[in-house]
This record gives sequence, C-alpha cells and structure tokens, in this order.
Amino acid sequence: MSRVRAAEVAPAPSAVGPRRRQGFIRTYLTPKQAIPGQARLILAVGSFVFVVGVWWLLASLVQNALFVPSPYQVVVTWWDMMVNLGFYNDVGWSAFRIVAGFLLAAAAAVPLGLLMGSFEAVRSFFNPPINAIRYMPASAFIPLLILLQGLGEDEKITIIWIGVFFQLVLMVMDIAHRVPDEMLNVAYTLGASRWTVFYKVFLPATFPEVVDALRITMGWAWTYLIVAELVAAEHGIGSFILIAERYLRADRIIAAIITIGVLGLITDTLFAIAHRLAFPYVEKVRA
Amino acid sequence: MSEIEITDVAMRFRSRHGDVTALERISLTVPDGQFACIVGPSGCGKSTLLMVAAGLITPTEGEVLVNGKPTVEPGADRGMVFQSYSLYPWLSVRRNIEFGPEIKKIPPAERRKTSSELIHLMKLDGFADAYPKVLSGGMKQRAAIARALAGDPEVLLMDEPFGALDAQTRQIMQELLTDIWQRYRKTVLFVTHDIEEAIFLGDVIYVMTSRPGRIRTTLVVDLPRPRTFDTLAGARFAELRNQVVGVIHEESLKAVESELARA
Repeated sequence: MSRVRAAEVAPAPSAVGPRRRQGFIRTYLTPKQAIPGQARLILAVGSFVFVVGVWWLLASLVQNALFVPSPYQVVVTWWDMMVNLGFYNDVGWSAFRIVAGFLLAAAAAVPLGLLMGSFEAVRSFFNPPINAIRYMPASAFIPLLILLQGLGEDEKITIIWIGVFFQLVLMVMDIAHRVPDEMLNVAYTLGASRWTVFYKVFLPATFPEVVDALRITMGWAWTYLIVAELVAAEHGIGSFILIAERYLRADRIIAAIITIGVLGLITDTLFAIAHRLAFPYVEKVRA
Repeated sequence: MSEIEITDVAMRFRSRHGDVTALERISLTVPDGQFACIVGPSGCGKSTLLMVAAGLITPTEGEVLVNGKPTVEPGADRGMVFQSYSLYPWLSVRRNIEFGPEIKKIPPAERRKTSSELIHLMKLDGFADAYPKVLSGGMKQRAAIARALAGDPEVLLMDEPFGALDAQTRQIMQELLTDIWQRYRKTVLFVTHDIEEAIFLGDVIYVMTSRPGRIRTTLVVDLPRPRTFDTLAGARFAELRNQVVGVIHEESLKAVESELARA
C-alpha cells in the first residue's frame, strides 16, 4: 500500500528513473506487487459474498433442505437454537473448557519452552520425549483418558492440554533459541548480571513471538475440544452437533460449525489487537 | 589509566576436520587513550580477539588485562558495539541509552542528563522517544554507540560497527566517531576489514592474517588530528593505504600458494 502511495505522489515528469508502468496486468499480475487498498477491500468482501453465493446456488439447485439448507435457513435455525434450544449454554461450556485447557497448557508450556530455549541442559532433558509425544495425535488419547478420568470436565481439559502443550512448548523453545546472542552480550558488557540479562533482555525479546505462538495454538485447541465433545459429552458445541446428526438436522450442524468459526475469528482478532497494543515497537511486515 | 594488554592469546577450536587455530599467540598493548584498529580479512579471528577482550569467551591460552585486571568475565568497564544493530526494540532510543546507567542504579535525573547529552552529541535529537524500528541503519548504530558510552566504560571495543552501512553513511559515521573520540579520549580497540576506515580512525593499525590468525604488521598512523574529510584526500593517507594494501596482498598471495601446495 505504501509503495503505491509513494508512486502516486512522486513527481513523475521530473523523475529521472523509469516511471512505474500502470495498467491492469502490471498492477494485478506482477508477483508480490502491492495493489490499491480499495481493491483489497473489495476482494476481501467479495470472497465472502462468493462463498455464500455458491452455497445459495447449491442449495437452490439441490432443493433438499434436509441435507443442503440455504444460508437463510441456517440463520433462522441459529436463532432458533439460541432462543429455544439453549445453544448459548453449549457455547459457554465449550468456551470454558477451551479457556481452562488453554491457560493450563500455556502456563506450563511457556516457562518450560523458555527454559528449554535458553539452557541446553534443560533442552537435552525434555526435548526427546516432548518431540516424540508431539507426533501422537491428542485425539488418540481420548479413550484412555475416559478410562482414567471419566466423562467429566477434567477429561476434556486434559485433551486440550495435551493437544496444545506439546506443540506450544516446542514453538516457545524455538523462539527463545532465536534471541540473538548480541542482544544478551551487549547487556553483559554494560555490566548486567545473568539474572538481569534474563528478565530485562531475554524475556522481553521473546514476548511478541510468544503471543503469536499462543494465538496460533489457540486455534488448534478448538479442534481437540470438538473431537473430545463428539466422542462423549453432555454439553458443548461438539455434543450439540452429535445430537443434531442423530435428528438429521444438517442446518443445526452447519450453524454450530459456523459459530465455532466466528468464535475463532473473534479470539484471533482479540489476540491481534492485544498484540498491537502491547508491542507497538514490533516491525510489522505487511501481508 | 585504561590500558588494554593482550598477552599470548591463542584460540583453538576442535572441529570435525581436526583442530582449527583461530588465533595464534597474539600480543599487543593499547595504551590509555589510544585508538587502535585491527584490520584483517574475514575469518582471521579479529572478532574472536575482541570477544576475548570483552570477557565473552575464554581463550585457550593467554590473557587480556584491562587496567591490570584479567578479563575473565564481561563487565561495564569494557563497553562493546556490535556490527548488527543490537538495540532493544522494545525500548525507546532514550531507554536504550539509559540501559547501562539503569543497571548501575544511577539516579533517574542523572541518567536523563547523560542520555540527553549523548542524544544531542550523536545527532539523534527528536528521536529520543522513538522506537528503534523507525531509525535508519546509521541512526541505529549511533544509538548503539551512545548506549556503550552511557555506561561510561574505561575502554570501548568495536566489532565492525559500520560494516552493515552503505559507503556514504559509513564515511559520516567515521567522522562522527573521530569527533566523539576526540572528546572522550577513551581507549578504543576497533575491528574492521576496511583498510581506509582503519587509517582514518586509528592511531595504530594491526594487520592480521588468517589461518592461523596472527598479527603480520603494526603500523603507526601519523596523520594529524583532528581528522576530517580532507584527510582522506591527502598524500600521506594514500601512502599509508598503499602500504597496508601491499602487506595484505602479499599475505593473500601466500595464502593462495599454500592452498595450492596442499591441493
């Protein structure tokens, strides 16, 4: 965007260098070329319109509201779910499990990851088992956890914990490991002790990326939760979906899935805003 | 009195292809207030020598004394400036500069006075509260030098501080650095691969050769101070440059020959 602006305000006639060429193909079909902000907005909104449009078209072609409900039907169903079926209750249960499982996982993974990234002894000890467990799908633990913990909340939270912890800890380790040596060495040559270097340089150097890692793993937590709720749960969005399937209510399933998507989008946006407010100094590479 | 005394410093690494001698018994003394430059090709171990002086790495043999004290650990008496911009991105320019004084628990008012002075001296006026992300390469490095000076070190160790800058900016930075040095008269050990930079800045130049890293020649730079842009155009400057280039060329030829002999 900034590149385009610069080209617009540049005094073109007096410029000695080659003027940037205009034209549709050069603007839109040059790799990595910035496009006007207005066009970006139109494309972003257009993609939503397109997806909903295709869905609508499909629904009107199939003409089978039982299996392919129209977008409008799903909106009506969603309202009905909220008002008459207490769906908000299920959303609440799921949200509670996500937050609890995620916080417990983060509380363990972030400190351990930071330690693993900075101390080779800690890394050598923890890395092999964590790396191995990472490849075991969290959902495969569900039957075992049901045997051990039953069908209560602790089982759901443990699933999320397993799914998030082992991934997050390795991501944080990597972030900590990438802190440039120079940053730490400068502090030493300014008279800082090991402890001062740790909390005044090392920790702040990792914060922005740690929050990014939390944001990414938060999305994964939803997957593990829904799987756990699909297998066995009394409440929650997953169990709601399972019941809807038994009653052949595709519209309810779709409404529930979209709800998860919207919740994810909201969390992600909150993370992004928090990141921007907390770390105004981070150099943003515009996507 | 802040003297750097390097005595028989040797550095050997064990690698997969056998032992590598990075530094072979290097000895040199930088007297109080001298600006000493070490010039050499990349990989000659000049940065390693600086790290030893800073106390960041321990040599295989020998020792470095600063004011008679062995440099076994890094300390505030030896300020260091690195090539890469090592400013803390989460701190403003001012807070970056005040990092050293803050650690030393110097009262805020005094800290602020020091940083204000350095911000002005380093031509960073108006950027005190800016984050490093908005600074140009040259400004970042000026801030990094200011930060090292704010710690009030006895000696300044500089590891190719202008290596990442473009030629024009580098020239301006060199002029600024001579001015600053003229003012503070710190003992400086400055590492660079740029021959002209070494001649322009240094009182004395140590020319290093690689594999194993050792000092080939010592050259006293007798150019008058204060040095300015005009110094570069002088006949004596050209003479000195040719001298250093000659030595390095000879060494490079030798290195190629020894490589051929081994092949």
